[in-house]
Amino acid sequence: MIVGAGANIAVQVGDDGVVVVDTGNGQLTDKVLAAIRSLSKNEIRWIINTEFDRDHAAGNEAISKVGRTVNGNPAAVVAHENASARMAQAGVADDGRPFNTYFEHARDFPFNGEPVMIYHDDGAHTDGGSMVMFRRSDVIVAGDAFLTTTYPVIDAKNGGSVAGIIRSLNRILDLAVPSKFLQEGGTYIIPGHGRIADEADVVEYRDMVVIVSERIADMVKKGMTLEQVRAARPTIDYDLRYGADSGPWTTAMFVEAIYNEMKATK
Amino acid sequence: MKNTQASSSGRVFCIGHFASCILALICAASSASAQISLVGDWAGRYQEDFQDRVPGPDLGDYTGLPINEAARKYADSWDPSRVSLLEHQCEPYVSPHIYRGPLQFRIWEEKDPNTQELIAIKQYLGTYQQWRTIWLDGRPHPPEYAPHTWMGFSTGEWHGDVLTVNTTHIKAEFFRRSGIPSSDRTTLVEHYIRHGNLLSHVMIATDPVYLTEPLIMSEEFVLMERGNQNWLYNCEYAMEIDRPKNEVPHFLEGANPSLKEYAERYGIPLDAARGGAESTYPEYMTTLRSMLSGGPDKARPTTPPGPSREAVTNVGPTLSGPPRRRADLVRSATRGGWSRRAW
Repeated sequence: MIVGAGANIAVQVGDDGVVVVDTGNGQLTDKVLAAIRSLSKNEIRWIINTEFDRDHAAGNEAISKVGRTVNGNPAAVVAHENASARMAQAGVADDGRPFNTYFEHARDFPFNGEPVMIYHDDGAHTDGGSMVMFRRSDVIVAGDAFLTTTYPVIDAKNGGSVAGIIRSLNRILDLAVPSKFLQEGGTYIIPGHGRIADEADVVEYRDMVVIVSERIADMVKKGMTLEQVRAARPTIDYDLRYGADSGPWTTAMFVEAIYNEMKATK
Repeated sequence: MKNTQASSSGRVFCIGHFASCILALICAASSASAQISLVGDWAGRYQEDFQDRVPGPDLGDYTGLPINEAARKYADSWDPSRVSLLEHQCEPYVSPHIYRGPLQFRIWEEKDPNTQELIAIKQYLGTYQQWRTIWLDGRPHPPEYAPHTWMGFSTGEWHGDVLTVNTTHIKAEFFRRSGIPSSDRTTLVEHYIRHGNLLSHVMIATDPVYLTEPLIMSEEFVLMERGNQNWLYNCEYAMEIDRPKNEVPHFLEGANPSLKEYAERYGIPLDAARGGAESTYPEYMTTLRSMLSGGPDKARPTTPPGPSREAVTNVGPTLSGPPRRRADLVRSATRGGWSRRAW
């Protein structure tokens, strides 16, 4: 895992070459490449974008151009088709966009002696997210469906939903297996942002999202307005851990996103 | 770290003065061997905080804890049947909590084979098959993005014969298993103090998410001359009831039927039962007496959100009473399926 260049970056290395999952915010690409090169001098063959946001994908072009597929092209960028389409809408240049896209619910390929599984995180952070599992390494790169730094960021304008976040978190729980030492270690999970985690960390986060959602759903059923819901502080027990009063994703925005979703599905 | 400092001095002297080198090494060895040994198998003594540590606290008992509103809200919505979820069933307690339950643990030392310097003190906690390494070689704690574990990452140093241990990178769990949460921002300072065959263990937990002040706990352990065989904790998770993956047992606001049980059973004002830093100091007894005698409004007990419930027979106006039962906790814990952890 490479940290500090936007979203977390995961790297798989071996005789076949290098897979890079997410490429960071593009501001520290030289350092990212240096970190990758400290792990392997082999060619960067594949890039996978778990999300289309700039903090995950702005380094695509530079890192792709340094890499090379077996056919001699720049390293292939893989993502769900929705992610590529969203990037096109946002005006991202072709060289920075994924063109090796998939439409189905999952995609896989063998690389460096292990299956690389890519699952579509449909309607989680956005409608274009992917979760990557390195099956033999036993590592899941979760994208923004799982964060250890903030409440989940629900980008409803781009197809995100709290229902999708919960679905993705449950899938991590299905895929992850703890080691024999009582629910610790085993499958490691790299969040979109934050520290390395395992199943026990994900289940705490999943519980939190479900509980907050059900509290807000109950308030919506009672006919409470958004202001009343906010005043009732349905996230109070988690705010000091995941909440924020300022910045790009505040507690108020998180509550509003769930409120709107519950209101729409009431 | 005393030992390291002594041996470091030894290495410096060795550069130019052979005689000084010998002297310094002797001093270093003397310093190392002067430290009291904590090695052995230790078993808990439960005369202190027995109810909290063995049968388990009543639901709604938040006494003695410097918790904030966030912790109260978490505990108010806590449904013990959550531990029956597959991923929770085999979770052990975290290091700030594990010594508070029935426990035996083994301590041994890891020494550098060449210098016989103490590198680490190790522990195996038999009740939940947990291992701890307390590094004494001066290494730093891991970076923020490193994984957290149930036991955390520990470093130690000797202050005379007291081993002081600092632990970070601890997972989220509980300070009290009736739903008082601890976050993964918790850090722990421990002091191990040996008196003959007794070991005093003092823990000071700090949690910026759920505590307003450090939580100080202490336990006694006794050296086992004949270690028993109960060192394994097999746990096999299995879902024994049909439930949707999304189901996370919890109580919505006002729906927890158990919040008043503790206060009503013991005749304790509800405000006092709901903890908080101020309630952990001796001065709070004045406030408590005022509450019990129907004193000033501000001290009068308030009702936590919850359905009204017939008062359980008041066993007395003081803090004493008959031994508390674990029936409520067990009943709640088994409501959604059996949990191996809810003993």
